[in-house]
Amino acid sequence: MEFIDYYKVLDLDKSASTADIKKAYRKLARKYHPDLNPNNKEAEIKFKQLNEANEVLSDPEKRKKYDQYGKDWQHAEEFEKAKQQQQYSGRQQYSSGDPFTYSGGASEEDFSDFFESMFGSRGFGRQQRQTKFRGQDFNAELQLDLRSAYTTHKQTLTVNGKNIRITIPAGIENGQTIKIKGHGAPGVNGGPHGDLYITFSIANNTAFKREGANLYKTETINLTTAVLGGEITTETFDGKVKLKVAPGTQNGQQVKLKGKGFPVYKKEGAYGNLYISYQIQMPTKLTDEQKELFEKLKKTNL
Amino acid sequence: MASKYIISISEFCNNYGVDEVFVMHFTEAKLIHLKKEGEKQFIQEDELPKLEKMVRLYHDLGINLEGLETIAHLLDRIDEMNKELQSLKNRLRLYE
Repeated sequence: MEFIDYYKVLDLDKSASTADIKKAYRKLARKYHPDLNPNNKEAEIKFKQLNEANEVLSDPEKRKKYDQYGKDWQHAEEFEKAKQQQQYSGRQQYSSGDPFTYSGGASEEDFSDFFESMFGSRGFGRQQRQTKFRGQDFNAELQLDLRSAYTTHKQTLTVNGKNIRITIPAGIENGQTIKIKGHGAPGVNGGPHGDLYITFSIANNTAFKREGANLYKTETINLTTAVLGGEITTETFDGKVKLKVAPGTQNGQQVKLKGKGFPVYKKEGAYGNLYISYQIQMPTKLTDEQKELFEKLKKTNL
Repeated sequence: MASKYIISISEFCNNYGVDEVFVMHFTEAKLIHLKKEGEKQFIQEDELPKLEKMVRLYHDLGINLEGLETIAHLLDRIDEMNKELQSLKNRLRLYE
């Protein structure tokens, strides 16, 4: 746990007046407010820090305590006491290994360990934003590999200690967010639950490149196959196929395998195409016999 | 799944500490659509997050209604641009 310099967070020095603090807080809040910075983790963290700094410095009692123990806070008796009291309460919901974070601003759990050890996890007279009606939304990120995004499948997630089973439709995009309605925090005063937003991060460790529902792949063929044509076997996403290579195939030439691509999102049975680019393997070492044959070809002005 | 909520304007205003003018402003700006039931108008659950966001900005930053309306439009644009950016990033993977 590290000491947090709340003055530095608000870009103030220790002599700042209450008005200075208010002004500095407002100025920075306008810049880093999470609702103005969608999908910006950095701003979200910054805003939490601002709120915490403001919480401490704008409250004369807290400010006094903070100034008094300042950098020596670890030796303060109060700290030890607070620490003991905190041992069994506090953060159950979001431990550091948990990929889930709140969105849409600060909540009670958003204070740093430093703050909680000094002021307690329940604070005193804290004026934090609380759920007014509709519950808070949750955001989560889910890692998938391209293979598992190929088929519609179910996955069980643990959100806030509760297991929920979600269906991941085939063809989901990297970076796509889906909303699971009603799986956010509960509302108050009869308000609806918040929603759960899951953003998918899809890692691709296959030989295929993906763009939407189309797949791309490079296939190496030898020189004679390119010149004379022939048949090769290639791996598609769901099995092997035989391919006829046309005589006179050029380097980089592309063929389209219709319907052999990736599933189209939420269109059952529809698939994109697989595009195969041929890369012709140029021989680097020739046997004497091959060299002789090439010399012969050369004479034909090939 | 949770039943479909509809919320009366006064219920919204009481819970979020805003005036009815607040809701009417965003309705007139066509940022939210109210559902009519008989004489009364209701806010649909799907519109709540958008309104909540406006309430937060209103209370946290003291932005007036005109400013909030402008911000709402800009946020929609940011949202579209983020989507476009993501799809461009995905396309860029083709060349990596």
